[in-house]
Amino acid sequence: MTTPSSVRRLVETREILLCCGPGGVGKTTIAASLAMLAATTTPGRVLVLTIDPAKRLAQALGLEGIGNDVVRIDDETLAAAGAVPRGELHCAMLDMKRSWDDLIRRHAPDAPTARRILSNPLYQNITGRFVQSHDYIAMERLHELHATGEWDLIVVDTPPTRNALDFLDAPARMEEFFSSRLLRWLILPARGGLLGIAARPFTQIADRILGTQFLEDITEFFLSLQSMYGGFVERARAVSRLLSDERTSFVVVATPEPTPLREADFFLRELRSRRYEIGALVLNRALPSSLSAPATESAAEALAADAEGIAKVAARALDLDIEAAARVLRTAAASAREWSVVARREAAARERMASAAPLVVTVPSLDGEVGDLEGILALSGVIGSAA
Amino acid sequence: MTSLLERRLLFVTGKGGVGKTTIAAGLAWLLATRGKRVLACEVDAKGDLAAAFELGDVGFDPVEVPGGPWVMSMDTEASLREYLRLQLRIPVIGRIGPLASAFDFVAAAAPGVREILTVGKLCYEVRERRYDAIVVDAAATGHVLGHLTAPQAINDLVKVGLIRSQTTWMLDILNDAATTGVVVVATPEEMPVAETIELVDAIRSTTRVDVAGVVVNRTLPELFGVRDEATFASIAAARPGVLDESRFDGVFDAARHATVRRRIAAEHVTTLRAALPGDLPLVLQPYLFTRAEGRRATRQVATALAGELS
Repeated sequence: MTTPSSVRRLVETREILLCCGPGGVGKTTIAASLAMLAATTTPGRVLVLTIDPAKRLAQALGLEGIGNDVVRIDDETLAAAGAVPRGELHCAMLDMKRSWDDLIRRHAPDAPTARRILSNPLYQNITGRFVQSHDYIAMERLHELHATGEWDLIVVDTPPTRNALDFLDAPARMEEFFSSRLLRWLILPARGGLLGIAARPFTQIADRILGTQFLEDITEFFLSLQSMYGGFVERARAVSRLLSDERTSFVVVATPEPTPLREADFFLRELRSRRYEIGALVLNRALPSSLSAPATESAAEALAADAEGIAKVAARALDLDIEAAARVLRTAAASAREWSVVARREAAARERMASAAPLVVTVPSLDGEVGDLEGILALSGVIGSAA
Repeated sequence: MTSLLERRLLFVTGKGGVGKTTIAAGLAWLLATRGKRVLACEVDAKGDLAAAFELGDVGFDPVEVPGGPWVMSMDTEASLREYLRLQLRIPVIGRIGPLASAFDFVAAAAPGVREILTVGKLCYEVRERRYDAIVVDAAATGHVLGHLTAPQAINDLVKVGLIRSQTTWMLDILNDAATTGVVVVATPEEMPVAETIELVDAIRSTTRVDVAGVVVNRTLPELFGVRDEATFASIAAARPGVLDESRFDGVFDAARHATVRRRIAAEHVTTLRAALPGDLPLVLQPYLFTRAEGRRATRQVATALAGELS
């Protein structure tokens, strides 16, 4: 498939959109806006899967306390926010713990094994840390939702990770982990009562560092887990395939500031090297373009130079105190000069990124924070109208 | 309470994107300019801390910034190698290879194994006293608790063995408020404020590590007082005289932008202040309108922090 020329085409033609990027750039909000755009411009059933939304956003989407369930934002609620839905908008949140428990139950060969794993004291700790479990479970859940065939489009807000790309490698790492020789080394002695020759150096050092009891605890745990090997590996491969499917596209989100852009740039390169489709780069919360206009700086300078003169006219026209008007105008001019520096820096950064993705969309920061359906709708309008 | 700048081990954390690296770099620089020998350590190896000092690639061996701190990047494999050499007297030449992947494997299963190599190295440097202060550009909000609780977790899980015997002295260092402190960085926005409140609460309830302070990064000064704001609003609405020319659009947009941002930010700072313990220092770090990164910016952050902290 060729890359769509607008975000509207993107939400029309793809079945999965993964929003990714550095932390703190508004990924969740952009994901929600993409879903809103799809629900208001296409007749399909749209789902937005978020990981950890801000409280107000969760409230706006009706996600508070719903765990792993999918909730629909009904047409009345959408209409009250000013939206004219063509399709259906649904939301879901990822409940990490429940998703893991479900996964274990699904893949365990029998109920006693599932119970043994779920009640293992290590399990709690492990589900929080186990081979980038957050990343894996998000992709696993996406696969599960997609496989139901219930959705025309699923927009995913990817988990915030230390390395923003971990979730891409998570399925492969999960497979690698379960196929690893180390796992077999560790499990072999427990099974046959024999210490494999290959495992000896490892067990000796590990024994000195960690102690025998602890190693036995771990071994016992992995022994139970290994019974799920086949199911896990097969599933991890299916998840990997889904990410590179031609119906899947990535939307990289960043703000036009140096650090997030550097991360986004890295991200784009990695996506490209893995041959995933990059649908768009969204530069969120950009300053209004008027701030970087050359005229703004000279206007601010002119205002600063003749604040008294301009204030006199304004004060007379509006019945204001001349001193106060002059003070206000001087402050506004100084502020404009400061912000125009930031805005020009942003504009330069945007120019640098102009060809970093087939589609680069700049989203100006709206007045205030986006935390309700109206805000998401406004944002979807901005994203949808960008060429 | 020991002032933030007098502690020997500072973990700087915060939600992704709030500028914790900038604050960590600024703190390290500030301490260095006060004549201390400072080690700044990046934990997540993204290279942002090195960028704050314009150093290029920095590894496990510290690199000196002239007039500033020493900078290193945490590497758990190198830490393991150092540990084996110094504590177990097992010299490891070259890459650890199979041992490293063995460790990866155990670390995947055992909570705190990877973290203890990070915290262990930092505590080791505190104990060795080669530096007067160590500033850690620590893991983000979601992961920092894992680091702070690693020694205790290992202590609880592993009953015997060498690692167990190592955790006691680490806990002594981490739990001593005169030595160690956590600095949580936020920005005056909804999510960073919410995460900061949760994190401070979690640190205080699940660890004995002291929270030394909260830094609110990128705060904006008040543009207008209440009366001036009304004056501005009426001028902006009518735009009398030359002000109605379109070249002034940007000036009014900028002022409106600054006022709205400032108002929302002030609400979030109020929420944060109300939720934090009263005795916890809250440092407001101004938004920098000049260069956004590099040594110049790091210096400016250090200067601003100096003004707020002393």
